[in-house]
Amino acid sequence: MQHDEKRWQNLGFQLGAVVLALLLTSLVILAAGAPPLDAFKQLLKGAFGAKMNVADTIVAWVPLLLATSGLLVTFAAGLWNIGVEGQIILGSIFTTGVLRLLQDSNLPPAFIIVLAVLGGMLGGGLWAVLAGLLKTFGGVNEIFGGLGLNFIATSMTIWLIFGPWKRPGVGSMSGTEPFPESLWLPTLPGLRLSIWTVVLGIIALVVIYFLLQGTYFGLKLKAVGNNQRAAFLLGIPTWQYMLLAFFLCGLFAGLAGAMQVVAVYHRLIPSISSGYGYLGLMVAMLINYQAVWVAPIAFFFAALNIGSIQLPIALKLDSSLAGVIQGSLVLAVLMVEGIRHRLVRK
Amino acid sequence: MEVEFRNINKTFGTVRANIGIHFAIPSGAIQGILGENGAGKSTLMKILSGYILPDSGEIYLDGKLAKIENPADAIRYGIGMLHQDPLDFPPMKALDNFMIGKPGSLFPARREAERAFLELRDQFGFTVDPNSYVDSMTVGERQQLEILRLLWLGVRVFILDEPTTGISAQQKEKLFLTLRRLADNGNTVIFVSHKLEDVEALCDRVVVLRRGELAGQMVPPYDTERLIEMMFGKVIKLDERLPCSASDQVVLRLQNVAIDDYRLQIRNVNLEVRCGEVIGLAGMEGSGQELLLRACAGLVRTVGGKIIVNGKDLTGKDAHTFMRHGVTFMPAARLEEGLIPGLSINEHFILTGEQKGIFIKRDQAKSYSQNKISEYSIRGFPESRVEALSGGNQQRTLLALLKEELSLILLEHPTRGLDIESTIYIWSKLKERCAKGAAILFISPDLEEILQYSDRVIVFFSGKVSPPLDATMTNVDQLGQLIGGKGWEEIFEKERVGVSNAAR
Amino acid sequence: MENDVILIGLAGVLASAAPVIFATIGETFAERSGVVNLSVNGTMLLTAMAGFVAAVLTKNVVIGFLVGMVVGALVALLVAFSSITLKLSQVAVGYVLTMTCRDLAYFLGNPYVGMEGVRINVVPIPVLSDIPILGTLLFKQDIMTYLSFILIVVAYIWIFKTRPGMMLQGVGERPAAAHNRGANVNRLRYIYTVLGGALVGISGPMYSLSVKAGWQGTISGLDGIGWIVLAITIFGAWNPLRAAFGAYLFALLQWLGLVLQPVLTGIPSQVLQAAPFPLMILTLLFVNIGDAEWVDRVLAQLPEATRRTIVRVFRALRSQPPAALGTPFERQ
Repeated sequence: MQHDEKRWQNLGFQLGAVVLALLLTSLVILAAGAPPLDAFKQLLKGAFGAKMNVADTIVAWVPLLLATSGLLVTFAAGLWNIGVEGQIILGSIFTTGVLRLLQDSNLPPAFIIVLAVLGGMLGGGLWAVLAGLLKTFGGVNEIFGGLGLNFIATSMTIWLIFGPWKRPGVGSMSGTEPFPESLWLPTLPGLRLSIWTVVLGIIALVVIYFLLQGTYFGLKLKAVGNNQRAAFLLGIPTWQYMLLAFFLCGLFAGLAGAMQVVAVYHRLIPSISSGYGYLGLMVAMLINYQAVWVAPIAFFFAALNIGSIQLPIALKLDSSLAGVIQGSLVLAVLMVEGIRHRLVRK
Repeated sequence: MEVEFRNINKTFGTVRANIGIHFAIPSGAIQGILGENGAGKSTLMKILSGYILPDSGEIYLDGKLAKIENPADAIRYGIGMLHQDPLDFPPMKALDNFMIGKPGSLFPARREAERAFLELRDQFGFTVDPNSYVDSMTVGERQQLEILRLLWLGVRVFILDEPTTGISAQQKEKLFLTLRRLADNGNTVIFVSHKLEDVEALCDRVVVLRRGELAGQMVPPYDTERLIEMMFGKVIKLDERLPCSASDQVVLRLQNVAIDDYRLQIRNVNLEVRCGEVIGLAGMEGSGQELLLRACAGLVRTVGGKIIVNGKDLTGKDAHTFMRHGVTFMPAARLEEGLIPGLSINEHFILTGEQKGIFIKRDQAKSYSQNKISEYSIRGFPESRVEALSGGNQQRTLLALLKEELSLILLEHPTRGLDIESTIYIWSKLKERCAKGAAILFISPDLEEILQYSDRVIVFFSGKVSPPLDATMTNVDQLGQLIGGKGWEEIFEKERVGVSNAAR
Repeated sequence: MENDVILIGLAGVLASAAPVIFATIGETFAERSGVVNLSVNGTMLLTAMAGFVAAVLTKNVVIGFLVGMVVGALVALLVAFSSITLKLSQVAVGYVLTMTCRDLAYFLGNPYVGMEGVRINVVPIPVLSDIPILGTLLFKQDIMTYLSFILIVVAYIWIFKTRPGMMLQGVGERPAAAHNRGANVNRLRYIYTVLGGALVGISGPMYSLSVKAGWQGTISGLDGIGWIVLAITIFGAWNPLRAAFGAYLFALLQWLGLVLQPVLTGIPSQVLQAAPFPLMILTLLFVNIGDAEWVDRVLAQLPEATRRTIVRVFRALRSQPPAALGTPFERQ
């Protein structure tokens, strides 16, 4: 009886947080000079209005799904892997590199794509391990190590696009030379969506779920995250596990980056990672690091992103409204949880 | 100033720390507050000094109601407390610590403060250097600093919480002299301790707390047995000594081990520990025993000598290698270093147990945990989070987590904060392992525990390490002397003679 | 002639470092009291936008700065409330706020993109500005740069030489001991965190109202500076003087990036512009390298004299945070 009561109470608080976030966002929209309801309607239309929109939402969903899943591993180990954005970028860079290397060879295209994706995963993994090494051997907090590496990753992208990988003629912000269609992941007719990406995303999520919930590795990671010192004294090789956590997250982030190249843009562009890494951190926080909620919440956030694309044209509003809504939601949920705890303690 | 407690009550969660405390302390007295760990002494004093607030009850000073809602109020009334772990700022200088908190103008007059510091210091015969950093000072020096600070603030009621834990015999004598002088000058001294002989030696009157309540009061001459009865509620006698299980096989051999710490230097430690033996490490906190124990676990690196476990030279290897050779280390800080908050008892057993395959077999693990919980009488369920367990149950859990096949068990304060029953129970379990061949090294500040359970005793003082003493042939007095720094020449002389005798 | 160009360039370095100094000293105050305010990046963008809009609407630069200050303080108040009263993770709240404030800045600033802004002007100080070299460097700046010089000194004196400053140090090191000496730990944390936010809130408008005047939907080069501020706070060992050194170092690197562009044609300009960011973060590598275990092992094998010198260097570089940074304080 009491358990159910508590559950309803919790739900009530969480709904309250959502309502609060919506109210705050509405105020912000008003301040920007537009009617809030219209803005929300436009968001819905932009995300789900036509088949094309839904497909685009799913396309945006996959990298976010992958990044968040990977982040759950680093969060389990108690790490703030802000470098995930850079890990996505390195995934894209490695994938592009492999494709460029092999595009003129005689290998079957499917094989090339597989190699490229694997290369991307490796790239992300290595970049993540670098952040881990900075932490374990250099004493640099992973927040700053990750940020520094993010900056370097972005610079590397620019350098490649304007330097060694530039399009014939003059390098431009539109990116590298697009790959031939044979090296594209097949999409659904008329849409930009490839089923392969969705399949990979779901598989990744399932793998992460079982890894964290049901394996010894997952439990040991959690031990390291909760009390590093005690975990060490209980026999767990802590810094090795942390590096492994980084590597795993990097693999998934790299996969997201690979997908961006092979299924979405078909070339390397300056903002290839599109903020999915940074957004993934927020999704993870919102779902309180519980794997079951990754898919729906990531989908919701992706819908917001896609839905906001037409805002400038439709309502003269900036598309960063998506970010405002996402941020307000996470903030509201965090704070309401905090308030609830305080009230319970009193 | 007369201090009166009227019906003070304080509860922390489910623990009733102070229940209806009601008594008075006359002006200019040295008042002893006696009681076992957890009796409520510190809580009561923290209330008097404004550090925490009571749930109900009042404090009257010189007959008038006093509103003490924070430490600043208490200081204004002239009440100051020296906490068990002095509340100072480690990375800052002694003089800074002295000055912080004294009200005054925006720019403190440093030179004047230094003058006052030195004046007070010399007045009481202390030795603290105002320009030394607190994190390099001993506990005794930090106490002196705090007393000077309170004096400068004009405190008239000095509360000292367990001041003799962690200081040498000489420092204690000096402290007692200081306290008597303070009392002679008209100040009130409140001396909180669990050490009978200190309280009996120093105090004009004693109040005994037990389990949160006032158990009794006494004035000299003190009836020790009656005091013990008030403290514990019954007369306790110590267990019979359990038999020694030592065999001839050597588990641990230390050869000329040397350890460097930025405060201590340990040199020339030679030791042979046999299967089934229990070695007690005695000494004031920070005398080197923690370093040596951790070195035997591979957690601290030696700068010289060899550590040989079961015949294998493990010098310089990391802690996990030591663990693979049957060495285990149980830290004193249960929740900070021993257990993992957020994980259940069951999950701890999964982590330390056998791990076949990649997937956890939770049902198997659960029945194993349930067995262990019964075996060690842990008050909890397999799903219970470890941070929700009481201290005693956490300790039992740590013990239950020890692997079956162990050669060397290193315990840092195995019975800290535990009641007598848990202590006796834990030692019985440990002795079972000795019977199976494991050797134990343990640290304890309680000399009686050391004498009761050790086969041999090693004493530490400022990095000096005594040769192992037979526990049946020494006593609290001798150990106390060594811990305080006296009698070392004789000990080393005896060893030299013994060695040359054996060589003949 | 050439010397003049370099001097003017260096004077520009001092000016471009001024907002970083405001923000870093603000963050230093907050962290000295024990609270990490990770939202600096977002706050700087938001206050840059808000200050610009306010100045444009009221045609008054001062109002612009005041508005920025208030917004910065409000964001910090949110951080303080979450950390101190609700005891939430400071990193989590700070991260969400930094992302959200940035998006808010872009969203609310949208209607004002490209508007003609007000600026603050360079105010040479009479007599002093005629001193050779120093005159150009120090006395031909705008008022906010002058204030940044003063701020460094005032902050240093406050923390290390005044009574309340010493208590601030104590609060960050060991709040229990500070509490014991009469400090209201949580109230002081609120005050210093909000003060820190106010200073950050002043630094934002310094970009939109002077250094790179205007709001173009964003301010190029501003997004990311907040993270550098956090890094410099660590690099600066929570000491305003050392932090100022870090800020000037960063500004110098940025200037070098610009100056070297025509020389290093092989490297795209965006890369040179971005380079100071990771470089500044990598300086953190040297700050506590002396504490690493493997360094210990390597040092043990070196001859005594070399080892002592190296250890001394490491100790000077060392940057230890206030011991209670990030941990909530509760009196029972």
